Amino acid sequence: MKTLLTLLLLTSLSFGTNASEDINLQKARIDINDKTSLLRGAKHFVTYCLGCHSAKYMRYLRIALDTGVNEKVVLKEIAPEGASIYDQLHSAMNKHDAEKWFGTQPPDLSLIARSRGQDWLYSYLKSYYTDTKRPFGVNNLVFPDTAMPNPLWQLQGEQHAEQRKTIWGEHAELVLAEEGSLSEREFDVMVNDLVNFLVYVGEPIKVERESMGKYVLLFFSIFFILAYLLKKEYWKDIH
Amino acid sequence: MKIGRFAQTGNWILARFPLAKVWEEHMTHYYAPKNFNIWYFFGSLALLVLVNQFVTGILLTMNYKPDAKLAFDSVEYIMRDVHWGWLIRYMHSTGASAFFIVVYLHMFRGVMYGSFKKPRELIWIFGMLIFVCLMAEAFMGYLLPWGQMSYWGAQVIISLFSAIPVIGEDLSLWVRGDYVVSDATLNRFFAFHVISVPLVLVMLVFMHIVALHEVGSNNPDGIEIKKYKDENGIPLDGIPFHPYYTVKDIVGVAVFLLFFATVIFYMPEMGGYFLEHANFIPADPMKTPEHIAPVWYFTPFYAILRAIPDKFAGVIGMGGAIVVLFLLPWLDRNPVKSIRYRSGFYKKALLLFVISFFCLGYLGTQPATPTATLFARIFTVIYFGFFLLMPLYTRWEKTKPVPQRVTEEHGFDEQLPALLEEITELKPASSLEIGDPAFRSSFFNRRPNPDGIVKAITRLAKNLKESLD
Repeated sequence: MKTLLTLLLLTSLSFGTNASEDINLQKARIDINDKTSLLRGAKHFVTYCLGCHSAKYMRYLRIALDTGVNEKVVLKEIAPEGASIYDQLHSAMNKHDAEKWFGTQPPDLSLIARSRGQDWLYSYLKSYYTDTKRPFGVNNLVFPDTAMPNPLWQLQGEQHAEQRKTIWGEHAELVLAEEGSLSEREFDVMVNDLVNFLVYVGEPIKVERESMGKYVLLFFSIFFILAYLLKKEYWKDIH
Repeated sequence: MKIGRFAQTGNWILARFPLAKVWEEHMTHYYAPKNFNIWYFFGSLALLVLVNQFVTGILLTMNYKPDAKLAFDSVEYIMRDVHWGWLIRYMHSTGASAFFIVVYLHMFRGVMYGSFKKPRELIWIFGMLIFVCLMAEAFMGYLLPWGQMSYWGAQVIISLFSAIPVIGEDLSLWVRGDYVVSDATLNRFFAFHVISVPLVLVMLVFMHIVALHEVGSNNPDGIEIKKYKDENGIPLDGIPFHPYYTVKDIVGVAVFLLFFATVIFYMPEMGGYFLEHANFIPADPMKTPEHIAPVWYFTPFYAILRAIPDKFAGVIGMGGAIVVLFLLPWLDRNPVKSIRYRSGFYKKALLLFVISFFCLGYLGTQPATPTATLFARIFTVIYFGFFLLMPLYTRWEKTKPVPQRVTEEHGFDEQLPALLEEITELKPASSLEIGDPAFRSSFFNRRPNPDGIVKAITRLAKNLKESLD
């Protein structure tokens, strides 16, 4: 018995360090029921991301339907010039140019929130800093040596990485060197809206799915009670 | 007149087709032991999940495209543009994991109550074949979404064939149909996943049930109910499968569906265990993910593979972990079937096996650090030790006397009122209280009783400890 217990204890301990670095990610406040946030995020996405990144599994029509906004408003306020409401969120940049300019084709962002996670995206977009050794002059703490330049630098301002020594060892910390056009709070809200939109794009049905779930569970609960009573009735005479 | 016509047609068919006979033989006149407990739900649940996989799978093929260029897109098309496509897809992906949960529990029930022992060896063999088929089915199905993990998981597993000496390289090439996992692989896996393996699976399930109904079900006491029959030849401890176990299994189905729906509607990814995060990235043959892990139901075997330093030996080890299960009816030499009457030593060995299986499962999901590998080796030794040392330790076991007839068991639902009575006490009545006297003594007027709770917990702990001796 004792050997069993020690084994159990040992196994509950951690199994050494993970291969990838652990970075403390900042928490995004995601609420895909917040339709105004989604619309703001959609606007930011089209303005700052769509130039290079597509979200090809998503249609403008779906945004209109899910947020309850008129199709014409979506076309006028969110979609780029000349887009049709039935269009998917395609990028204007072609593959050939992308590879010439960035060395790689920027990934489609339809599912990025499901593969990377919301907190990673939120932290990533906020963790750019000046690094003259990189081709675009910026580097990222969350994704070192990223191929993507910082599209939001005018909004956020310029960040510098400073090495801080603590009892846990050395780590880099970002400080704002030059202010951008948005305050820190405004920028956080903006990035949060953008990530919120990406989470929504990852699975547009999610809101409906979760609201539907409670009725399904209620139905099965009633089914369970009836099935249980039926079983009780049948089994009365079994001893 | 209408009814007469209907009955006539029915009789016409019954005179030519043994529908009534089959129904009687396998349902109303199939006598199952009356003492089945919660562990006996998983057989019927496995059948339910199988049907679920068939129905949702057929619906998925209507919109899925088995083409390396289109596969990933077509899955997202199903998730977004096909009406209710998301539900069908989540039912299928969750169903795959549910299948393994149900089947693992079903197998564990068999090990616990000795259901694989004489005369049920063949049922166990058929069951193991079903398990192997299921693994093939799941593995090939996992390639179809054509995500990064689909692709690299398949790449890793197929490359295992190349570890076989002499023919290895050619064999893996033959399996893939290309030098790397490619469109050719996807197409053949699709064919196997939707046609060949399901056909074999259904055939095996049929044989599993026919073999079971020939010898009759085992039970938690591990005794043969056919030994004691009444004057009509009906086992004294048996009850007709229909209606008794059909109505009981429906209760199990209801509970299962509650869990199943919770996963589908609230956590279809199950924290990256049912749908892995990296599988939301389209397959890219040029970019290896930093950490390749199979889906959770393969991880115990994957951990065994990685624990063994040599690649070919690892493949043998992984295969051996499954082959050894086939041999179980001949490894266990103890005539006592049920764990209830086995020795404390066997119970502890089984517990140790379960722990090692879970830990191997966990280790298989983690990157292989030196510490993790060390632990994986220890648990691999325990895994094989449990089976390979069985002929020794089961022979000299000190078993308890086995009863002649099945013992009565009180279900949790029968014990619940007494337990509630024990862990709560009635609020002292105050004169201010109004209302029906019946309501005053009801559950809502009770409050927790610390003494009772302590007593119930100590009893539970004592029972747990005793059950290991």
